[in-house]
Amino acid sequence: MTPRHKRLVLAATVLGGTAVAVALVVNAFRSNLVFFYSPSDVVAQQAPRDRTFRLGGLVESGSVKRQADGVTVRFVVTDTAKTIPVEYRGILPDLFKEGKGVVAQGKLDGEVFRAQEVLAKHDENYMPPEAATAVERAHKAAQESKTTLQGVQP
Amino acid sequence: MIPELGHFALVLALFVSLALAVLPIVGAARNDAAWMALARPATQALFGAIAVAFFCLMASFVNNDFSVVNVATNSNSELPLPYRIAATWGSHEGSMLLWVFMLSGWACAVSLLSKRLPLPMVARVLGVMGFVSVGFLLFILLTSNPFQRLLPPAPDGRDLNPLLQDPGMVIHPPMLYMGYVGFAVAFAFAVAALLSGRFDAAWARWSRPWTTAAWVFLTIGIALGSWWAYYELGWGGWWFWDPVENASFMPWLAGTALIHSLAVAEKRGAFKAWTVLLAIAAFSLSLLGTFLVRSGVLTSVHAFATDPTRGSFILIFLAIVIGGSLALFGWRASQVGFAGRFDKLSRESLLLANNVLLVAACGAVMLGTLYPLALDAFGLGKLSVGAPYFEAVFVPLMAPVVLLMGVGPLARWKQATVAELAGRLKWPALASVVAALALPLAAGRFSPMVALGLLLAAWVFTTSLVLVLQRARPSFAQLRRQPRSFWGMVVAHVGVGLFIVGVTMVRGYETERDVKMGVGDSVPVGGYRFTFRGVQEVQGPNYVAGRGTLDVQSEGGGAVFQMFPEKRMYKVQGMPMTEAAIRSGLTRDLYVSLGEMLPDGTWTVRVYHKPFVDWIWGGAFIMAFGGLLALSDRRYRVAVKAVELPPPLAAEPPTAGKRPQQQPAAT
Repeated sequence: MTPRHKRLVLAATVLGGTAVAVALVVNAFRSNLVFFYSPSDVVAQQAPRDRTFRLGGLVESGSVKRQADGVTVRFVVTDTAKTIPVEYRGILPDLFKEGKGVVAQGKLDGEVFRAQEVLAKHDENYMPPEAATAVERAHKAAQESKTTLQGVQP
Repeated sequence: MIPELGHFALVLALFVSLALAVLPIVGAARNDAAWMALARPATQALFGAIAVAFFCLMASFVNNDFSVVNVATNSNSELPLPYRIAATWGSHEGSMLLWVFMLSGWACAVSLLSKRLPLPMVARVLGVMGFVSVGFLLFILLTSNPFQRLLPPAPDGRDLNPLLQDPGMVIHPPMLYMGYVGFAVAFAFAVAALLSGRFDAAWARWSRPWTTAAWVFLTIGIALGSWWAYYELGWGGWWFWDPVENASFMPWLAGTALIHSLAVAEKRGAFKAWTVLLAIAAFSLSLLGTFLVRSGVLTSVHAFATDPTRGSFILIFLAIVIGGSLALFGWRASQVGFAGRFDKLSRESLLLANNVLLVAACGAVMLGTLYPLALDAFGLGKLSVGAPYFEAVFVPLMAPVVLLMGVGPLARWKQATVAELAGRLKWPALASVVAALALPLAAGRFSPMVALGLLLAAWVFTTSLVLVLQRARPSFAQLRRQPRSFWGMVVAHVGVGLFIVGVTMVRGYETERDVKMGVGDSVPVGGYRFTFRGVQEVQGPNYVAGRGTLDVQSEGGGAVFQMFPEKRMYKVQGMPMTEAAIRSGLTRDLYVSLGEMLPDGTWTVRVYHKPFVDWIWGGAFIMAFGGLLALSDRRYRVAVKAVELPPPLAAEPPTAGKRPQQQPAAT
């Protein structure tokens, strides 16, 4: 082989390798995107039924109930408009509290959201961005429906 | 008075850095020795001024001066002294000051240790670092003044975030920043080379020890951060693929690629353009990491949008640094040359493959980190990229890197033959396959991932052994003649192997149980029996805690010991914290943390058995130690002398390939 050929082979190998790597990355990427939904979205049937997603909102006051085994917890996540019951088996993070923001990751099982992971962040004053968005969206929706109603009434 | 002095020193530092960024570089362009000679004293003055500012801030923290906003929001009179000192860099403002303090420290080190470098090179390198300092000093003075006064002064401070009140957090940020900022030196050398058009092996040799030093710090910094997360967050994870972690991991991957391509650039004169590009990339990723962590963009893109001054400042600075250096690269790249010929099977080609894979891995992490932010910023929806993505991508990209790691050091430069390599590698290959099949079966549960991990680790160990034996010919006395850089490489590679053992074993065989326990209840985990003895209240300096007691007994009989996990409530911030109890060992950690008290007086408890988990950080520290060994190579002290000869005008590849480390820099 001439040096020119050798270079071509080398370049082709590098390109081929890169192409395989890119294909791999893109494939893994698409199958592991975790979308975010608010309780209102879930009630409106917008959330997927067989795929993991994130549910965010506030933990409804008085809704946290422990099951007999002590480590299974049920609570209700609300965006102030709609609510979704959540079940989680395991120890909750330190900053998990009724009335505070929470983000749960898991799947829908019938009407119940089975969380594999519950996230609450490292700061008292800080609301997880997803939870904040859920509440904000619900407020906006509420205001919009109010204005439409006002528009209808003379 | 002290805060004003610090503020004044910062303003002074800005003017010095402005002078440093302009005069020596102009001097180098006009060949004006007097202007170039300004670079060293200006750098040292800059370091002095920033040091004054930094220690003024530290003094304010130590003295509990709550008339300074930064102190009032991040410290408290009850905070123990070591944490008051660490609180200096616990806040945004303080950490930026630490950043620029370290940058000037690195520059000062370059100015002191570059006696043998040609003056124009010194002037350009220090000038570029001065330019970076200008950016950060302006940022601090305009948007994040750490000396801002609070009138009237607060009676007491709001305390340091309890999560940061930990010895690991005292040293983690300085180490990480030393690494981030250290890549500024590699960057400055690359830009200086672009400005001058000189890309000989000497350039790579100058740049190499600095890059390795930065890489050592970054490796230690990341390992400490991971270790801290493991024992402090209370649930035993050691890496979460969180954007904050990825922000430090991306420069590490680029930096790892850079130290390998610098090896080729130094010894073979090849990969020069690529090396320059990697140096720019490593530092740009460090800046990007700073931007991600410090602009608030991670907590919420919208928070960033409502107070955009800080974020947009870093973003503009990032654009100037990356855009400017890439434009310079585009302009000069043709002069850099892609010199160096090598066969498709040679150490060069293997290192090239390693580089491509590392950069691909870095790109994959970047995609997973930035995509959700970009989508959110454009209002296209909220999503996150889960850890499964990173794992799915990382294993197939890193497995070949590890395999290449065994082959590369055994291959000849320039041209290697399959027959020779196969001869050297057949025993390691056989031993690794046997280990991969036998060890998981001996451990009692076979899984393909465990087998793969052990295969890779065994491959690293056995090929390193073959490499050492190879160098021991004809007699073991030869080993004493091997340069420290050789041993550094071997040690660092073995560190990677140890790291892989840790990750593999903990992923394959860990046991995690979340259980409800009353007094006297016991649970078996990983060959140990844990018996709960109740929780007592204890007082800390600035917290109250419930301290649990568990008796632990090995199931084969043997030692009985106690573990004391705590649940702390920090008084000032009213923040609860889980303090895990960890019993470390060479082959396993036992990890216990308290959940919460249930109405009937029982507690939820996490009881984990984590085999070989300490090897993860041990491996990382050994990698860093390998870097230190390579740094201490006498070549960097002796070889620089050769460069004092009249410098070659154009880069030419060294021709003889057999013992390149003893060849002069250029023909």
